[in-house]
Amino acid sequence: MKTNFVMLHTVTRIVSFIILSFSVYLFFAGHNAPGGGFIGGLMMAGALVLLYVSFDMDRIKKVLPIDYTQMIGLGLIIAILTGLNSLVFGDPFLTQYFDYFQWPFMGEVELTTALPFDLGIFLVVVGVALLSILTIAEDVS
Amino acid sequence: MSNLLLLPVLVPFLAGAVLILLRNHPLIQRVSSAVIMTVMLLISIQLLYTITTGGILTVELGNWSPPFGIVLVGDMFASMMVLLTSIVGLACLFFSFQTMARIREKFFFYPFYFFLLTGVNGSFLTGDLFNLFVFFEVMLISSFILIVFGGTPYQLRESYKYVVINVFASGLFLVAIAFIYGATGTLNMAHIAVQVAEMEQQGVINVAAILLLIVFGMKGALFPLYFWLPKSYYGPPAAIAALFGGLLTKVGIYAIIRTFTLIFVHDTAFTHNIILALAGLTMFFGVLGAVSQFDFKRILSYHIISQVGYMVMGLGLFTPLALAGAIYYIAHHIIVKSALFLFAGATQKITGTTDLKKMSGLLKTHPALAWLFFISAISLAGIPPLSGFFSKFALILSGVEEGRYIIVAVSLLVGLLTLFSMMKIFIYVFWGGPSLKRSDYAHIKLLPLLAPIIPLVALTITLGLFAEPIFVFSEGVAAEILDPSIYIDAVLEE
Repeated sequence: MKTNFVMLHTVTRIVSFIILSFSVYLFFAGHNAPGGGFIGGLMMAGALVLLYVSFDMDRIKKVLPIDYTQMIGLGLIIAILTGLNSLVFGDPFLTQYFDYFQWPFMGEVELTTALPFDLGIFLVVVGVALLSILTIAEDVS
Repeated sequence: MSNLLLLPVLVPFLAGAVLILLRNHPLIQRVSSAVIMTVMLLISIQLLYTITTGGILTVELGNWSPPFGIVLVGDMFASMMVLLTSIVGLACLFFSFQTMARIREKFFFYPFYFFLLTGVNGSFLTGDLFNLFVFFEVMLISSFILIVFGGTPYQLRESYKYVVINVFASGLFLVAIAFIYGATGTLNMAHIAVQVAEMEQQGVINVAAILLLIVFGMKGALFPLYFWLPKSYYGPPAAIAALFGGLLTKVGIYAIIRTFTLIFVHDTAFTHNIILALAGLTMFFGVLGAVSQFDFKRILSYHIISQVGYMVMGLGLFTPLALAGAIYYIAHHIIVKSALFLFAGATQKITGTTDLKKMSGLLKTHPALAWLFFISAISLAGIPPLSGFFSKFALILSGVEEGRYIIVAVSLLVGLLTLFSMMKIFIYVFWGGPSLKRSDYAHIKLLPLLAPIIPLVALTITLGLFAEPIFVFSEGVAAEILDPSIYIDAVLEE
């Protein structure tokens, strides 16, 4: 008999979107307020793990064909390169630059170099969390 | 402020990240890691030259000034260690091209190799106690992965112990840092040194000092915390064992020397006498282990322990001559020990075993290997005119001058037993009738195996023949670390 997970699937579809969007919010809230790449990344990893658990792995792999190994490498490179850009201006590694810009509709927005750095951290955290969970899950004993 | 100081940490870090993306292209990985390692060697030569001629370099990360932000500090001692790291890293990398199983390369060997070097170089260059902890962790996590490389049951069993002991040591390290932060209110090493000098070193500071000694002693394999080392270094492939044997314990020793010359220098009657006693016991029990073993790699692993004792002995005596000897000894040891482990790997590749009793007669079939090994072996044992002699000579001379006759007697005895066990290897492996038929080894080309080792052997000969300028350099390093105010001023003045 085929087991039916209607409740789980329906709830997951809604809840995972809430978690995913909250993780993006946390990511942008970061570096001056609570939030940032690490927490946002963990939360996004949580949402993705929920998807993997409630639907089966093969289906999610088809929908999200991401190689998490590459994601870790990419995240590290982004984070390091963001730190390195201060060398161009003759400042020490990891020096942060920021300024305020007027954007249409959004008003004053702060743009900082901490944001791409956080993006790197975000990718690394999502990659590491999912890679370790999926590796254990795929382990056939 | 100079960003040159950052490159030994950043270059391998970025290289490791890029190499993760290239995991399915072994050839590109090999070529690019060779190029990067060569670049790192050039960078570290340039760094040592700049610092020797121009004085201590510092970088304030993120432009936060010390003691609030993290600083990287490059003095002569640190940059010398960075240079040695690059030399050994290059030799082991080229050796791994010859011996590493192709399938293993796909499991992130190169990325973690570079992350390990990131952690090692970072530990040498950092000027912040908590940052030192972080770089230790970077180094340890990479070493956890490299040490199980291949995943044989023996490796998994022994690395489990290695992981447990290191995680425990890291926990203690955090406790010690918390003690120091609670007592002094700062984590910048130069600033801690100032605070400790003002508040007199006693009570809680001494507790923290001994805690740190235990932590670094665990990483550096001091008596009685060396028990994990021989077994866990026996497991991994030769290229990795050589890198670990040459470098990793020396990071612990470096941290001991750094903290006990910069920060905890006001109660030497207490701390440095403990260190001296530990040095003697470490040497003696390490060499006894080596004498009792009949396995190529195990003997070498036990020798690491006994020789770590010599370096710490230099710190325990705490005279300029003894410290110069200890620094010379570190340079000599890193080079020779890596070379010897690589020789063990080469003979293992030829004979298929590391058990001394199963090998014999390699002198007839592989004379070049035999004589190169002989040079390194007697250099390790301290026969003039090779590098081991001059460093031990300085240590023993200083011991006699200070009237510490017990430690002098122990170190002489240990030198003799070292010679004995190295000769044991030589007699078993290279003398006697050939155990191998020509068809067994004909397909293994010797020259590619020896090529990465020859520069190391040449270096130990050079270190011995040009002992005068190198000893003058070691004395310069010793003078610099014996005067903490140079370091403190360089960090806090800017």
